[in-house]
Amino acid sequence: MATVLAFAETRGGRLRTVALEAATAARGVADALGADVAACVFGPPGVEKEAEALRRHGADVVVCAAGESFARYSPEPFTHLLAEEMARRDPLVAVFPASALGKDLAPRVAARLRVGLASEVTELRVEGGALIAVRPVYAGKAFASVRFASRPALVSIRPNVFQPRENPRSGTPAEAAANPVTISARTRVVAFEEEQRGELDVAEAPIVVSGGRGMKGPEHWQLLEALVEALGPRASLGASRAVVDAGWRPHAEQVGQTGKVVSPEVYFAIGISGAIQHQAGMRTAKVIVAVNKDPEAPIFKLVDYGIVGDLFEVLPKLTEEIRKLRASAS
Amino acid sequence: MNITVCVRRVPDTETRIKIAPDGKGIDPTGVKFVLNPYDEFAVEEALRLKEQAGQGTLTAVTLGGEAAKETLRTVLAMGADQAVLLKGEPSFDGLGTAEILAEYLKDRPLDLVFFGKQAIDDDNMQVPAMVAELLELPCVTVVVELQRKDGVWHAKREVEGGHEIVEFTTPAVIAAQKGLNEPRYPSLKGIMAAKKKPLEEVEVGTAESRVVLERLTPPPERKGPVFIGEGPEAVSELVRRLREEAKVL
Ligand SMILES: Cc1cc2nc3c(=O)[nH]c(=O)nc-3n(C[C@H](O)[C@H](O)[C@H](O)COP(=O)(O)OP(=O)(O)OC[C@H]3O[C@@H](n4cnc5c(N)ncnc54)[C@H](O)[C@@H]3O)c2cc1C
Ligand SMILES: Nc1ncnc2c1ncn2[C@@H]1O[C@H](COP(=O)(O)O)[C@@H](O)[C@H]1O
Repeated sequence: MATVLAFAETRGGRLRTVALEAATAARGVADALGADVAACVFGPPGVEKEAEALRRHGADVVVCAAGESFARYSPEPFTHLLAEEMARRDPLVAVFPASALGKDLAPRVAARLRVGLASEVTELRVEGGALIAVRPVYAGKAFASVRFASRPALVSIRPNVFQPRENPRSGTPAEAAANPVTISARTRVVAFEEEQRGELDVAEAPIVVSGGRGMKGPEHWQLLEALVEALGPRASLGASRAVVDAGWRPHAEQVGQTGKVVSPEVYFAIGISGAIQHQAGMRTAKVIVAVNKDPEAPIFKLVDYGIVGDLFEVLPKLTEEIRKLRASAS
Repeated sequence: MNITVCVRRVPDTETRIKIAPDGKGIDPTGVKFVLNPYDEFAVEEALRLKEQAGQGTLTAVTLGGEAAKETLRTVLAMGADQAVLLKGEPSFDGLGTAEILAEYLKDRPLDLVFFGKQAIDDDNMQVPAMVAELLELPCVTVVVELQRKDGVWHAKREVEGGHEIVEFTTPAVIAAQKGLNEPRYPSLKGIMAAKKKPLEEVEVGTAESRVVLERLTPPPERKGPVFIGEGPEAVSELVRRLREEAKVL
């Protein structure tokens, strides 16, 4: 049977949300092509137990490489193993997450196999038996529909676009990967500097609260932190470039053309004018909310919901109401 | 120290993108083209390393048409020593471009090859890692800090929730992210000097595209506001609608 492969990213031995998104996207393509889904999961010893969640999200086969040498991402061993696995299974399509890891790994696999890769895909469909991928180009100012002139067709999918969907498959045990030999790496990760808020990155958070120059100074960020806190563990902080360039916030939080591209369920733009380069990073959010004192600010051309007003008056009230709402719901 | 920096000519970030009538590209009339913003960080880092070393050659390379010479002149004006135009067309996906760049680079003396993280026209984020793979070189992408201690290099790389510190030795490939440095502007003197610096041309033809563009379309229109309120009094209504209508709370 033909195969669609999904790369199931892990961290600390656990699947990341993007792994379930990749499995879900692969399942959709496989159904349209009449194919099976094989999910590849690499991680430390014990990572086999993650097979269950992958099967629940549509994987017919789970291919596992468990070992200390796969505990952390390292380009060469991962590329080697995945290329071997592709040679063995000859998939029609391989789906990667467009995460930090996926964006490093997918191009390497493509180069190793000499096949085409479509990055940051937001839509996948099958027309006349061929895969069509849709992806933003020119910072989202246009969308490209593409097809593939090589096989397997490699795609990386934008986080938060393909919502994980359960579609359980029967439980065969995880298979061992083709050839988990240790390939020597050309680079070595010697340290990981963790940020305070943990691993929920702005690029992958389902809820993003971004602050701009209207916040007036870094000392007021506690207002945004309080809102994030009220919104719960699925929310994360973002920022405009003006704020990052001023040194108020770290660059890792910047949303926009020269920052991160986000596609959350809801995006809050607080004191952000909505310059074209900022829009490039957030216009594919499902719902956009803005608070800005200037009714003419370009952000209001994008929003679904907005409040014209002083953010210093609006924010505390917003935080309080959301906190109340969540407290009554739980 | 021999450093190469690979650069690309792209539409300016302010540009309104107009799709050509055949849907196979953009209409270039009135579009201002610039050096890819991420490549500015790559050029700046390369210049600083060369200046610190006090010796070496910095070469700028691009795959593009005649017009890409302007981009190379910008890099020469910033301080690169020489430039090479690989005259041809880049591929739609990264691989064809990477193959041509790798072919050019493979027999040259190299300590470091710099790239930008991403070209802001195709937004592929593919070429640097592909070149590294083809040349079998160590490679670190999305780099925000670069240091050398006792002959060993350390690059700080952005990932979700923090940074990885990656150790490697040269020759190597680095893809620059914003934050790595503050790029300089070409000085008037630099611009004058650039005119006399060598700019070599090599015919390479059109790179092979394994991903084929069927059609470009405008982004899906946003529906427009369903609710705009005023001041703190509007908060209750906003929260109600976010919960009941948008179902995001
Ligand atoms: C090459 C290039 C790349 C770029 N990349 C990016 C990028 O990746 N991301 C990005 O964001 N920008 C980017 N920019 C910058 C962009 O053009 C804008 O300058 C930037 O987004 C503006 O940030 P801002 O909205 O925070 O600030 P401003 O434009 O100054 O807007 C501040 C807003 O706050 C509002 N405000 C002020 N006080 C209050 C108050 N008390 N209550 C409510 N509202 C208030 C104002 O009405 C205003 O709308 C880039 C620019 C270039 C040239
Ligand atoms: N045509 C090209 N010529 C030279 N370098 C390129 C070209 N296209 C891309 N690059 C380099 O590869 C980086 C990433 O580009 P991309 O993979 O297209 O997003 C860019 O920032 C450049 O440094």
